[in-house]
Amino acid sequence: MASIKMKSVDAVVIGGGWAGAILAKELTEAGQSVVMLERGADRSTASDGAYPGSIDELQANFRHKIFQNLSKSSVTIRNSSDQTALPYRQMAAFLPGEGVGGAGLHWSGVHFRMPPDDLIMRTKVKEKYGEKFIPEGMNLQDYGVTYDDLEPFFDKAEKVFGTSGEAYTVNGQVVGKGNFFAPSRSDNFPLPALKDVYGANMFRKAAEEVGFHPYAMPAANASAQYTNPYGVQMGPCNFCGYCSGYACYMYSKASPNVNILPALRNDPKFELRAESHVLRVELDSTKTKATGVTYLDRKGNEVFQPAELVIVSAFQFHNVHLMLLSGIGKPYDPVANEGVVGRNFVYQNVTTTTAWFDKSVYTNQFIGTGGGGVAFDDFNSENFDHGPLGFIGGSPVWVNQAGIKGIAAAKIGGPPGTPHWGSAWKKAMVDTYQHSVRMDAHGTNMAYRDVYLDLDPTWKDAYGLPMLRMTFDWKDNDIRMNRYVVSQIAKVTKAMGATDVHLGQRQPGEHFDTRFYQTTHLAGGAVMGDDPKTSALNRYLQSWDVSNVFVIGANAFPQGTGYNPTGMVAALAYWSAHHIRTTYLKNPGPLVQL
Amino acid sequence: MQGLAGAAALTSTTLPVNAARSASEPAYSPTFFTPAEWAFLHAACDRLIPEDAVGPGAIALGVPEFIDRQMATPYAFGKLWYMQAPFVQGPANLGYQLPYAPRDIYRKGIAGAAAFVQAKYGKAFQDLDAATRDEVLTGLEKGDALFGDLPAKVFFAQLLGNTMEGAFADPSHGGNKGLGGWTTIGFPGARADFMDWVDQYGKQYPLGTVSISGETA
Repeated sequence: MASIKMKSVDAVVIGGGWAGAILAKELTEAGQSVVMLERGADRSTASDGAYPGSIDELQANFRHKIFQNLSKSSVTIRNSSDQTALPYRQMAAFLPGEGVGGAGLHWSGVHFRMPPDDLIMRTKVKEKYGEKFIPEGMNLQDYGVTYDDLEPFFDKAEKVFGTSGEAYTVNGQVVGKGNFFAPSRSDNFPLPALKDVYGANMFRKAAEEVGFHPYAMPAANASAQYTNPYGVQMGPCNFCGYCSGYACYMYSKASPNVNILPALRNDPKFELRAESHVLRVELDSTKTKATGVTYLDRKGNEVFQPAELVIVSAFQFHNVHLMLLSGIGKPYDPVANEGVVGRNFVYQNVTTTTAWFDKSVYTNQFIGTGGGGVAFDDFNSENFDHGPLGFIGGSPVWVNQAGIKGIAAAKIGGPPGTPHWGSAWKKAMVDTYQHSVRMDAHGTNMAYRDVYLDLDPTWKDAYGLPMLRMTFDWKDNDIRMNRYVVSQIAKVTKAMGATDVHLGQRQPGEHFDTRFYQTTHLAGGAVMGDDPKTSALNRYLQSWDVSNVFVIGANAFPQGTGYNPTGMVAALAYWSAHHIRTTYLKNPGPLVQL
Repeated sequence: MQGLAGAAALTSTTLPVNAARSASEPAYSPTFFTPAEWAFLHAACDRLIPEDAVGPGAIALGVPEFIDRQMATPYAFGKLWYMQAPFVQGPANLGYQLPYAPRDIYRKGIAGAAAFVQAKYGKAFQDLDAATRDEVLTGLEKGDALFGDLPAKVFFAQLLGNTMEGAFADPSHGGNKGLGGWTTIGFPGARADFMDWVDQYGKQYPLGTVSISGETA
């Protein structure tokens, strides 16, 4: 048992990222005493984002200064359940954060609302194409919430984040040249769209020319000075290109550290304890009520923090790991097809296409803003007819130039087929850096019965606990979706006047490869829904089994979305907090009765 | 806003030019690599990024110094990696599974490659001509040779990765001397303010590169 027992608080929040910061803010506003436990270091712009020392690409992107410390804990990974999963020993395919701000400090800033049809995907696919359209073994599910339910919370998150963008419709009226496929909004973006960088502008013109519907990507990178509803300020983004992997030195990229924590840190009802690693949520003898959490403090003492309410708001897979370690919810068994914790583990299906231009054209790829760019959604969500194509899901396509720096340029090198070193590499690398544009098909990833999370039987973390095991591979449906959407990009690169193009496509039968960066947008594993047989959380992100535990994060997504997840995570956090404040606190207990 | 103030200060002030290190500066003395390893490292880096019409090579850029200095950091001791046993080998796509940190990879890799070259060519690697060194490096990159239980490919990937880092990282880490790497590719380094160039479509950026310390080129 714990050697130190703290005084009880109303709520304990596990993890200091977006979800944790939002819940802590909302709960303190409701008069609750809140302790936030963050396993990493305390971080702020002053300590981690000061110019110019912080913009060191080697330290930030290659020594992972503000990312998860893998030497303490990692995961194991395999492609299928007949393999031995092996530890993810070096950061590569995905880059979880650590420290106050979490992945919300090192993210880029792409800030989307979910497409309405993606929230009711199973219902929609059944309605449009019939149930038989869903492949055997695919766990296609609805979220249990609709766009209309979430709209006020998407709006609130954008106002807190200071999001830049251009709307298409507000209250049903066309107001601008935003995303033609986007649902109507209750209000405009708080800030106008960022300027297009050159590559994005070429892409915009070409996409329009071939009949697609390009729009400015919504970005939590401020296009102008901004003061958010909490009274904290952001400065205008100067396109410095140091977003992803960095604490923004300009106070332009939204982060929990810049946009929420300054309003919380001085609140006497709030206490932040950094370097506090939560080992488990403690349950009472009925296993239906949490009593608090046990963590290791910075000196290595085991501490018990009693609380009436436990908010599990670490990164997606850490939330699932904590649930499994704590015995919250029934672990998923893929053989019996029972249990829910670990079920519907999903990822995101991203490939990059490169277009080269004449040597007189400088694309200045070092100029960038993390969330900005130009996208089209003609092949995302239900914006196109899947019937004749025979797959489920889609991809937005975009030029999202976040700033390519020296080491990355060297490692990207030249076109496929050119050497990776020597004079031929050097020439091709310089040409590619100076005269090319990169664009992504940023696709969905469906959930499958044999893709899941559980506890590894062999490898342990530095605290002696079993690590999380990922069983994941690319599946035919998702590979075919990627290939179709990427084939459409060829029309755009042709209209752009590219002299050479490499279409980045998944190959049939391709296996997930942990050695190369793909995306940090892992999701699912403890999903929300209306049925406790297929979801770990109800529609308010409350555990079906332990009603004073709410689990907030991308773990709640039943499918991997084509959009970046942060906007949805923030909206779900505000949605859940709203129902905690208005209903749960008045009468603690399950918010959904079966 | 201190961030904004800092940016303005750096871009609007004439910065002292810290000229590329003068010839009179004493040669860097490695602390990790032995003299024989140091000679191998130079001869390999020299081919990975050769001096040519495009720009300076790895030697002029100080890449061996960068790698030696990196060997004293937590990274080189494997402190950034999950290094708990057991170490079980598996399919390549499940990633690195050896118990060796970068320091071990260099020590074993250079010893293995040097012995292989000595046996095959009767010479030290550093005494081979450029074309033969390229042939050896290609063999390390693409072949299936093992140095004990260390695949030559793992050593090569470590060396190539660190060489790229050294040539294109901020010069405070010992490489990219005189900002030669960044100048070659046209990367402005720590300028980090493109408000005035974001919509100058298609035009080459006019200002030279600058390091974190304020060195310009």
